[in-house]
Amino acid sequence: MANKIPRVVVREQDAQVRATNFEEVCYGYNLEEAQTEASRCLNCKNPRCVAACPVNINIPGFIHHLLEGDLKAAADVIHEDSSLPSICGRVCPQETQCEGSCILGIKGEPVAIGKLERFIGDWSLDNEAESVAKVDANGRKVAVIGSGPSGLACASDLAKMGYDVTVFEALHKLGGVLVYGIPEFRLPKEKIVAREIDTLRKLGVKFETDVVVGRTVTIDELLDNEGFEAVFIGSGAGLPRFMGIEGENLNGVVSANEFLTRANLMRAYDEEYDTPIYVGKRVVVVGGGNVAMDAVRTAKRLGADATIVYRRSEAELPARREEVHHAKEEGIEFKMLTNPTRVLGDDKGWVTGLSCVEMELGEPDESGRRSPVEKAGSDLTVECDVVIMALGTSPNPLLKHTTKGLETNRRGCIVASEEGATSREGVFAGGDAVTGAATVILAMGAGRKAAKAIDEYIKSK
Amino acid sequence: MFKIVEKSLLADNIYKLRIEAPRVANSALPGQFVIVRVDEQGERVPLTIADFDKEDGTVTIVIQTIGASTKKLCALNEGDYIADFVGPLGNPSEFVHLTEEELRSRHYLFVAGGVGTAPVYPQVKWLHEHGGNADVIIGAKTASMLIYTDEMARVANNLYVATDDGSYGFKGMVTAKIKDLIDNEGKHYDECVAIGPMIMMKFVTLTTREYSLPTTVSLNALMVDGTGMCGACRVSVGGKIYFTCVDGPEFDGHQVDFDEAMRRQAMYRNQEAHANDKHNHKCNCF
Repeated sequence: MANKIPRVVVREQDAQVRATNFEEVCYGYNLEEAQTEASRCLNCKNPRCVAACPVNINIPGFIHHLLEGDLKAAADVIHEDSSLPSICGRVCPQETQCEGSCILGIKGEPVAIGKLERFIGDWSLDNEAESVAKVDANGRKVAVIGSGPSGLACASDLAKMGYDVTVFEALHKLGGVLVYGIPEFRLPKEKIVAREIDTLRKLGVKFETDVVVGRTVTIDELLDNEGFEAVFIGSGAGLPRFMGIEGENLNGVVSANEFLTRANLMRAYDEEYDTPIYVGKRVVVVGGGNVAMDAVRTAKRLGADATIVYRRSEAELPARREEVHHAKEEGIEFKMLTNPTRVLGDDKGWVTGLSCVEMELGEPDESGRRSPVEKAGSDLTVECDVVIMALGTSPNPLLKHTTKGLETNRRGCIVASEEGATSREGVFAGGDAVTGAATVILAMGAGRKAAKAIDEYIKSK
Repeated sequence: MFKIVEKSLLADNIYKLRIEAPRVANSALPGQFVIVRVDEQGERVPLTIADFDKEDGTVTIVIQTIGASTKKLCALNEGDYIADFVGPLGNPSEFVHLTEEELRSRHYLFVAGGVGTAPVYPQVKWLHEHGGNADVIIGAKTASMLIYTDEMARVANNLYVATDDGSYGFKGMVTAKIKDLIDNEGKHYDECVAIGPMIMMKFVTLTTREYSLPTTVSLNALMVDGTGMCGACRVSVGGKIYFTCVDGPEFDGHQVDFDEAMRRQAMYRNQEAHANDKHNHKCNCF
């Protein structure tokens, strides 16, 4: 019986060693390991994993080809629905999606679908195996704003349909959150992200960095003066939130975005690079999502004692299970059911600690999670010299302010249809700019849907 | 890559660079800034725009060599390229939204300190070209550190120069000159705009408060991306927190918490000193 084979444990860098470097934590499967793991798949008639995948990848299909040793066919199956398997295999929350619904998971361990996707994705990059159907260039121009997951996916599909695509990126490096947000130890920049972007270059996609659309040039100018027939907004959700508690402007309080941007995008951890980063001796990260885990593990790697403070319990941590597990292995301290009330500082205005209260779980809220309530008289102080706020992000209001007739909702998200059409003709949007902070795979899926809608729009003009 | 088409030394350690950046030049308005990254290892440095020319597609920046990054930038020459030049960032000055009629009836007093004189120039020039009225006080420690006096004289209604040591013009601080103009010369202003070191802007706002003269300041907070992503540039204005890069850089000076802003500016001072030592150790060009 296939399901008697235990899930193949993936090789990883030793926890003690990796807590001092920025190399990738997980080595991934080799072919033999991947095929052994693939043999565990029951090839269900009604595969629940496919339904649970946000872009409905034919999971048993690609696993079947992998098992048979036809890696090209496996890659083709994934590429039908996903443009970024190397990335999604690494960063998707598989335990709540495909793997979370795998039949094998009911009594034992689900198939390691994420690791298999990563294996095929990396093989495809190594062998430049992504099939590109030759379509004649149609000479019609589309602008894509943002080079994160949704923008890259949209640009890729449009280029394959023959469009002349230009991607505008505000920062100096391409990749959006894949580059400024997710750390090297989770998603290698040169080995994976840069190569995915090179694939797009080979498809003829043009890239312009250092262009902040809304400031450097407006959407109206792109449409009216530069000959673009449609625009896709994939500008993400980059604005960090703060708690609004006393002491939040003390020296030593930073957003996770700032901390991670300094470390990832600006490579502040490397002596050769000029950007400074302030790590201190004891770092507290407030929050429980992937960004909080990324920040706390980065702080640890930069030599600090690092602690997570989260107001709910471990079961509610929104981060990927694997990241929480890795963080614990690396020696991160977790203070659950603890909520900050005030940042404490010295007379020079530098952080000395975080005043908190203990929480307990009450009734479930609208998200279905039990909402935390303060325990009376449970005040405590966590000593630290750096506080990193990882409380989520919102979309940047710049495009709304500078684009006539672009509707947004009260959370600042762009209002768009399922296909990505906005209130402005010829302007489409998808990813975090529409949904608020979500996942790479949802953004990628939205970018692809919008590419289809843009094609239909331009053809019907 | 962005080409340096012109470089000149304006005063001790103060350089002017004209950069080929057509998209930035085309969109720039007074009050905005750019972010510059010299090379692959460089940090992103916010710098104010000193001038822009839509016709030839260039943007002028003025830089004082203070730390490792500004020294690296100023060690480049005409014909060299810088890796990144992003902008224009931040909001334009409020007055660009006024009609020429409104502008004609308003009197502005600009107070420029040190290298902050450079970003005052495009504002005064814009007012001059749109029928506005602007008197300008330029302050510097000593005559050899004055910049942009000739350019400013051409576009200001009246130009006053104040040096701390009296080596040129009025002897004393810019705040004393503000009082002198209002108390002794009977000048009336509708708005003051102060751009310069944080400490100068703080004292200008304390002075103008005595005259209930509305005062706008342009803050030079620390930034990484400059587009609203990092929040390093948080500033308290009227008890609320704003991001200098997207909500500013200009704010109501009477509402700004300058003591906090100055403290936050020093956040990376130790690391910057280290980088500066490292730079001086590597290169003997200064």
